[in-house]
Amino acid sequence: MKRTFRLAVGIAAVGALALTGCAAEAPTDPATPGGETPTENVTITYTNFISNGGNEENLQVIVDAFEDENPGITVDVTTLPYGDYGTALQTDLAAGTVSDVFDIEYANYRAYQESGVLAPLEVSNPGAYRPSLLEAYSTDGQSYALPSSFSTVVMFYNADLFDEAGLDYPTSDWTWADEQAAGEAIGALGDDIWGSHQPVSFFEYYKVLEQNGESFLNDDNTAVAFNTPGGIEAAEWLTGKSGTLMPTIEAGQGTPDFDTNLFLEGRLGMLHTGIWMFGAFADAPFAWDIAVEPGNTQQASAVFSNAVGVSASSANIEAATAWAEFLTSSQTMVDIRLDSGWELPPIADDAQLDVYLTKDNPANRQAVFDSLDAVALPPVVASGQQEMQDIIGEELVEAQAGRKSVADALASAEERINAAIGG
Amino acid sequence: MTSILPLTEPAIAARAATDSDDTSAHPGAPRRTARGSRARRVRYALTVLVFLLPSAIPLTLFVLTPMVSAAWISLHDWNLLSPMTFVGLDNFAGLITDPDTARVFGNTVYYIVGYLPLVYIGGLALALALNRAMRGRNLLRGIYFLPVVTSWIVVAIVWRWLLAPENGVVNGVLGFFGIDGPGWWTDPSWSMPSIILASAWKDLGFVMVILLAGLQSINTDLYDAAKVDGAGPWRRLISVTLPMLSPSTFFVVVISLINGFQVFDQVYAMTGGGPAGSSQVVVGEIYDLTFRYGSAGEASALSWMLFVVILAATVVQVIGQKRWVHYA
Repeated sequence: MKRTFRLAVGIAAVGALALTGCAAEAPTDPATPGGETPTENVTITYTNFISNGGNEENLQVIVDAFEDENPGITVDVTTLPYGDYGTALQTDLAAGTVSDVFDIEYANYRAYQESGVLAPLEVSNPGAYRPSLLEAYSTDGQSYALPSSFSTVVMFYNADLFDEAGLDYPTSDWTWADEQAAGEAIGALGDDIWGSHQPVSFFEYYKVLEQNGESFLNDDNTAVAFNTPGGIEAAEWLTGKSGTLMPTIEAGQGTPDFDTNLFLEGRLGMLHTGIWMFGAFADAPFAWDIAVEPGNTQQASAVFSNAVGVSASSANIEAATAWAEFLTSSQTMVDIRLDSGWELPPIADDAQLDVYLTKDNPANRQAVFDSLDAVALPPVVASGQQEMQDIIGEELVEAQAGRKSVADALASAEERINAAIGG
Repeated sequence: MTSILPLTEPAIAARAATDSDDTSAHPGAPRRTARGSRARRVRYALTVLVFLLPSAIPLTLFVLTPMVSAAWISLHDWNLLSPMTFVGLDNFAGLITDPDTARVFGNTVYYIVGYLPLVYIGGLALALALNRAMRGRNLLRGIYFLPVVTSWIVVAIVWRWLLAPENGVVNGVLGFFGIDGPGWWTDPSWSMPSIILASAWKDLGFVMVILLAGLQSINTDLYDAAKVDGAGPWRRLISVTLPMLSPSTFFVVVISLINGFQVFDQVYAMTGGGPAGSSQVVVGEIYDLTFRYGSAGEASALSWMLFVVILAATVVQVIGQKRWVHYA
């Protein structure tokens, strides 16, 4: 009976989505934020994932500053975990209950923009943003979202373990071979000590492909391009770490927080993850630092960018746009982000970022900027994005577990992904 | 005396006849006037409607309307964001030829085939054990029922820990006896057995309660007669208990089968349908299609396919019950 009810609720949800979806009108009239007058005592709703996990108070500081500068506008914040955010946003968008302002990721921008759920924005000060980031959220010269931050993936390392193994610390010119050698030496320190951890996933694979001079998709993003000798070598590097440099799936690898806990417990020499982990590792009971991720034939670092969009169905587009701009380009935001190490502000003025380099822990913050010299952006397709990500992740795990050869896994992934994305 | 209980149709008719001092509700009564008859029918219909409303409103809102909506959506291509595009029966045709559809239905049937015997035999054993007079019986019944009211998320976390391939309790015990435990939820061959095991454990209490009620309704004279005829405990179980328990068994099988086809929570929480889709079930596929892959049309079509399968399975059982269910 319980499941019958659950199914009923599920069907009801779809039904409700259908009804509201049918009723929702696609935006036909581009918003003209500059042409409207701010309404007195407006409440703007903002749903985000960017502050989840330790930056909620930092976001509140920005909210407070905005409300001080804009009397009559209140920002009502909802924070969700990243893992649940996509589903919640999709459901809210379909049901017509989406917040006035909401977070989006670069990989999903195209789908949302084409669906018409993002209001076109009149940005009052476009020069405040890094041009490349602002451009990433523009279509045909029109901004539909504003970049809120950017971050890079670097290689964290436990300096104490490096010292114990008598190794030199990683540098920005390291290669996969250097990482392999150091990882093996650190792993030899004890049965419960591991050399290097890197998730086996879509988000790592497209990057190691570029580190090996390959690419995930073809030039027009209509079919995969990874099933090549270089692509196989990259996949072998990624999946081959399992059981050698990092624990196996059977030991828990791949489960949430497994890698970060392993690092925090002082049992991991190197960890590939994003700079958003600075705060989480701040109190680690050992010395640690970061370096640019090693490449093979070339360097390539993953850069992620988040943005905020304004709902096309918002009744307060002007006030919502004002909040979106404040959140993404105000001095308060810049100060908070730089002070707390909460990713990087998407600003054009590099001089302001200098203060970031003067902060401690990690000491080598220059690696964050060095990693921007060779960037690997997530491959984006017109449709089937999530399916593509799921399929390559699933096939790589099959290779990691030894149930398929890497070549077979990539061949299968190629066929399935091309079918999913229409390639 | 005025009853506060809901009235059955004959009772309402009788009450209506009494109220109007009209005996025409009874066979052979004088012919009623057309006007009076219509008024009574309207009043009867309104009375029925009032009593049905508490069920009819949520049923209409949360079952019938969504079902009709899902049927409509199943004829469209819809990503939840853009306007729907009519595609006729393309979603159904695509699903029928998609190997993933056969795979998820196959996995669901695999789950049912493994789960149903396990939960029934386990529930029956518990019911038989706790139907006897013994100290702490009610406490034990409560303890065995506890997992039924526990959240699947909690149960899934516990079972993932129990079945952890390297550090889990189960493999630790197996290792003590020299048995190399499997990869449970990390091995495609063992992911579904892991889910079946956890599901049967969680639902044992529910089946136990249903069968306990059935056991307690069996006339003890039957056991006495069987004993007089020289039947031992095993013979009494086979020849008396199980046949007399068949209505309860039928109820358990029907409910478990319907629930089995809709299995989702434990799969989502324990394996997420993996590894490599080995434990993906129909409702999991519906969820993914809707909320991950933006294919609400296909998801709705799959929902209707599942509905038809469940309906067919239930009809077959209802027809088949005549052969093996014995109502005392």
